[in-house]
Amino acid sequence: MTVMNMIQALNSAHRVMMERDAKTVVLGEDVGYFGGVFRVTEGLQKQFGKHRSFDAPISENGIMAVAIGMAAYGLKPIAEIQFADYIYPGFDQIVSEAAKMRYRSAGDWGLSMVIRSPYGGGIFGGQTHSQSPEALFAHVAGIKTVIPSNPYDAKGLLIAAIEDPDPVVFFEPKRIYNGPFDGFYERPVTPWAKHPAAEVPDGHYTVPLGKAAVAREGQEVTILAYGTMVHVAIATAEAQGIDAEVIDLRTIVPVDIETIEESVKKTGRCVVVHEATRTAGFGAELSALVQERCFYHLEAPVARVTGWDTPYPHSLEWAYFPGPVRLGLALKKTLED
Amino acid sequence: MDMERRNRPALELYVPEPEARPGDEVDFSHIQVPPAGSVPRPDIAVSTESIRDLPYTLIRVLDEEGRATGPWDPRLDADTLRRMLRDMMMVRVFDDRMYRAQRQGKTSFYMKATGEEAIAVAGTHALDREDMCFPTYRQQGILVARDYPLVTMMCQIYSNRGDPLKGRQLPIMYSSREHGFFTISGNLATQFPQAVGWAMGSAISGDSRIASGYIGDGSTAEGDFHAACTFAGVYRAPVILNIVNNQWAISTFSGIAGGQLTTFAARALGYGIPGLRVDGNDALAVYAATRWAADRARSDLGPTLIEFFTYRVEGHSTSDDPTAYRPKGAGEKWPLGDPVARLRQHLTGLGEWDQDRDRQLLEQLDAEVRAAQKKAEKLGTLQSDPYAEIPTMFEDVYAELPWHLREQQAQALAEWEAKRK
Repeated sequence: MTVMNMIQALNSAHRVMMERDAKTVVLGEDVGYFGGVFRVTEGLQKQFGKHRSFDAPISENGIMAVAIGMAAYGLKPIAEIQFADYIYPGFDQIVSEAAKMRYRSAGDWGLSMVIRSPYGGGIFGGQTHSQSPEALFAHVAGIKTVIPSNPYDAKGLLIAAIEDPDPVVFFEPKRIYNGPFDGFYERPVTPWAKHPAAEVPDGHYTVPLGKAAVAREGQEVTILAYGTMVHVAIATAEAQGIDAEVIDLRTIVPVDIETIEESVKKTGRCVVVHEATRTAGFGAELSALVQERCFYHLEAPVARVTGWDTPYPHSLEWAYFPGPVRLGLALKKTLED
Repeated sequence: MDMERRNRPALELYVPEPEARPGDEVDFSHIQVPPAGSVPRPDIAVSTESIRDLPYTLIRVLDEEGRATGPWDPRLDADTLRRMLRDMMMVRVFDDRMYRAQRQGKTSFYMKATGEEAIAVAGTHALDREDMCFPTYRQQGILVARDYPLVTMMCQIYSNRGDPLKGRQLPIMYSSREHGFFTISGNLATQFPQAVGWAMGSAISGDSRIASGYIGDGSTAEGDFHAACTFAGVYRAPVILNIVNNQWAISTFSGIAGGQLTTFAARALGYGIPGLRVDGNDALAVYAATRWAADRARSDLGPTLIEFFTYRVEGHSTSDDPTAYRPKGAGEKWPLGDPVARLRQHLTGLGEWDQDRDRQLLEQLDAEVRAAQKKAEKLGTLQSDPYAEIPTMFEDVYAELPWHLREQQAQALAEWEAKRK
């Protein structure tokens, strides 16, 4: 066990898998010699050589396409897209190709590959370094979408993603790379060191895809969250003295419906939280699932707490971010209804 | 508007137009055809800078009399030549048969490769059997050259019970890992940079196999083309990047993809990779150029971009009527002739072929295709008895069925049952 932040945990996942399987290769912008703009791939090139971890041209389209080709060859590529906001030039390759390859070839070509990308706001990145595009990927049949919320899960989920036979989009909430940001932005930053999930095993382990975690047990209301918003949800519940159960989805496709159902049937109330824009966001899917499956247990409408339907603004970041105030009001209303 | 701007001439947008439209005389006078054998063949280790003229000429081996001439003559033995002729003729016979099957309503769609048979067939014979091809939808010749069963091809076209792709794919979007034939995407150009990635994977693994990617003139305009050339050049990927310039992208002539401005082969120059421009209707030139590029790739000298200059004699697909946008009979007047006739003429000139053998072969191929069709149709057609295993619709989306697909699978089955009652 070592105390790690999320970057170190992700780096460790890479090392463990690159040591275990010579087929694992890493590519992306600035990932090689330099080790990535967030340092997730630091030291990999030095340890494993230029063939295993190398810089790619600024072409997300090309990165996705050659990663698909490498996976078709039989390698296990881990492709980094520097910011989720840059993923769109590679979107066609992900949606039309990676997601459909196994299906269209009737199993002749399954693609075991991981697309890693830092996502989300809270770092004053403006509209091109803050987006949360997970719903765009959740909508596509044939890919899995994973979002960790702490160092332990980050490593275990990334290893599970690398070992998965299908393409996995792995979004890393960059605001919590270095500490469990809880949305109270005016308070001092807390590092991961004090968080129990920062205790990370040094070797190989997995956190299974498609399995949610109960991040906080409670009886009054269920909060469905992932990524940074898990910490915001816990902190808000505690600040308001609400006995909320916080579910950390960890994987949004396939989503862990059993854990969701069990919790909502217990509490009878549900608030769905994400940082992404509201309309047709993943919260809409969650809300619909809860309504379809838990309707007769619900005592209040399912509430959605999300980013606004605008591009991510720079100076107005905290007015955009669905922090403790927005979530607190929604919780209050859901409990009163 | 101020006076100065008002006095400037008005701008006008230039929109390229082909030389001839329906009702016009076919006009190929703008096409330069250098004599066969006139283009030098550099050593494979040549520096890219010293062959910058190659993309602007046309590598040809067969002359007007069908004689092989010049340094690009691959000097193939008669058996190989006959095998290539047989495969090209097979593609044509097969195409005609399946085109007719589509017209009879047995399937929804078909695409012929008429006039382009040499590119896939001779190109494949110049590769190793283990090399991986990333084709477009007009390289059925690869499968024929690699002895893929005709019946299975037809079953795929019919989406019937014998379809290895379980009725999922549009006709002719074959897939066979075993035959080094990558699953065809209906989206254009996406496979081009994937071929580069596959080749990079081979190099990373210390393998000796190479990749061969195909793209059309029209879809070189996609970003994927640029990504493919960039990555191939940067990492010296062991890949052959084939552009099949058949002059037409459905109804859009190659000028709309930039074909009036320069040759497609010349695009290689900007990426610092060798570019060859080859008579695509000359099977020997196709073979020789592919072999040159394959030898370079296998020697770790990196990628080669090849433009195969050819003509799409038929419509884009069974859904297309070319007389709506180009003069009738343009294909017959193509200055580079017909690839099958030219190879036949060559073999005849060598004394290795004659009319009788040709007639016999044609009859034999026709019988083979008819027999295969009979077998395939026993397993159904799209019209009569298509692939209908409802539960399989949900398979292969992922390696394992997640809960939501399991639920939808049950729902779809119940729906199907309800409909039957």
